[in-house]
Amino acid sequence: MIGASLGRIGAVVLFLLRVLGQCLPALAKPRAVIHQIYNAGARSLIIIMLCGLFVGMVLGLQGFDLLQRFGSEDALGVAAALGFLKELGPVVTALLFAGRAGTALTSEIGLMRATDQLTAMEMMAVDPLRHVIAPRFLGGVIAMPLLVAIFDIVGLFGAQLIGVQLMAVDPGAFWSQMQAAVELDDVYEGIVKSICFGFACSLIAVYEGYHAPPTAQGVGLATTRTVVVSSVLVLLIDYMLTAAFLGR
Amino acid sequence: MLRLVISGALMSAPPVRIRDLHYAVGTRPIFAGVDIDVPQGQITAVMGPSGTGKTTLLRLLTGQVAADRGRIELFGESVGDLNKVGLYALRRRTGMLFQNGALLTDLTVFENVAFPVRAHARLPESVLRRLVLTKLEAVGLRGAAELMPSQLSGGMARRVALARAIVMDPELLIYDEPFVGLDPISMGVIVRLIRELNETLGVTSIVVSHDVEELATIAHRSYLLSEGRVVASGTPDELARSEEPVVRQFMSGAADGPVPFHFPAGDLAADILGRSQQVRGRS
Repeated sequence: MIGASLGRIGAVVLFLLRVLGQCLPALAKPRAVIHQIYNAGARSLIIIMLCGLFVGMVLGLQGFDLLQRFGSEDALGVAAALGFLKELGPVVTALLFAGRAGTALTSEIGLMRATDQLTAMEMMAVDPLRHVIAPRFLGGVIAMPLLVAIFDIVGLFGAQLIGVQLMAVDPGAFWSQMQAAVELDDVYEGIVKSICFGFACSLIAVYEGYHAPPTAQGVGLATTRTVVVSSVLVLLIDYMLTAAFLGR
Repeated sequence: MLRLVISGALMSAPPVRIRDLHYAVGTRPIFAGVDIDVPQGQITAVMGPSGTGKTTLLRLLTGQVAADRGRIELFGESVGDLNKVGLYALRRRTGMLFQNGALLTDLTVFENVAFPVRAHARLPESVLRRLVLTKLEAVGLRGAAELMPSQLSGGMARRVALARAIVMDPELLIYDEPFVGLDPISMGVIVRLIRELNETLGVTSIVVSHDVEELATIAHRSYLLSEGRVVASGTPDELARSEEPVVRQFMSGAADGPVPFHFPAGDLAADILGRSQQVRGRS
């Protein structure tokens, strides 16, 4: 069990090294990478914005209820901003990314394997790692921070909608306290997390797709594994990064 | 002088030479000592009943899997000794038509054919367009250039795949079951294209198939595989006249013979009665 897990981790690391080796040549043809940023990013926008809005609204409600007990509901803006920038934005976006873009990547690559498209490329002396995997991997890594930024902005709008418009928190206090309390380090933490999550989710998605058994069941199982492994990995990395940023 | 002698020797060597090939999947042997020569500029057919490893032979030949023992030479180079760069260099001299076409589903017909050219050469768009349309014209599908693979019939998809296979002007063309699932018209078109490509471009061709009649009309030489070995080889006429039981069974399409109709199983009566007794016991 432990041996198999270690072997699997080793295989993923080796695969990562091979993909990284093809990233620079893949960037030489930016059109493919931009296309994949569109696929992973733009096509995830609706779900990201919708979920960001609802998470922000819930945070507005819960935050207001909690802060009101201490008579400090004016701090709702700070709570929402820090919550989104440092945790909710990167983590929830990564989980949604794994479910939307990650599964799409895995099933697409898995089906390409099952229908001999990847083998056909190899037979044309075209490396699928360079032409299929690296652009998709880079597209995911680049799209994730952009999606997190959009999730944060829409989420803060949702928190403001509930806190300021519905619960009558003073808008000046909401925004000015947020401006005063949020530091560049908080933004930096969110950016680092989003890049790490983008890296992890994209790697798992392309790895599972590339190694999916060429059967309907094989592709289905690989897609499921992408969601499960990515989700667990995101939460694990989140804990490690949070502990590192807090210096604990 | 020495270089001339060596290059002369390489030129005269057959493009494909397989010697004492052994390969097994797990404990099940697929090949146990196969020898095949594919002469320059000829169409060589590899035939055999389903499950004899014809497609596996192509995978071994193109270096997709490694042989357990024996030597496979492609253009004079041992496939098993090559690294990825060497293999890719050999594959650039080879075109392969897959059983299902294996077209890239998110690209148009034009882009599918242009794909290997874009990957390997920097051609002006006008030259590339002319090249691709010429190849599509050769397979009769210039008018389908802007269609997506999902809009093509099986026969059309295979012709597009053939255009893609020849777009880099390969020296060797490999066809994996090119006639499977085609209607008589599409099959006739593919047969004609294989023959024309061989005659006009002088391409050496390997056709893996079990369609005896079609192969008889185009192959210069045929190999018949069965139970991991080459059981017969020769011109289609020689195979047709062969008295070997396994050759006769294959060429005439007899259901039973040296290649049994039934998959190996235990005693029929014991199997059926045993099961009915079990059912009776349960009730």
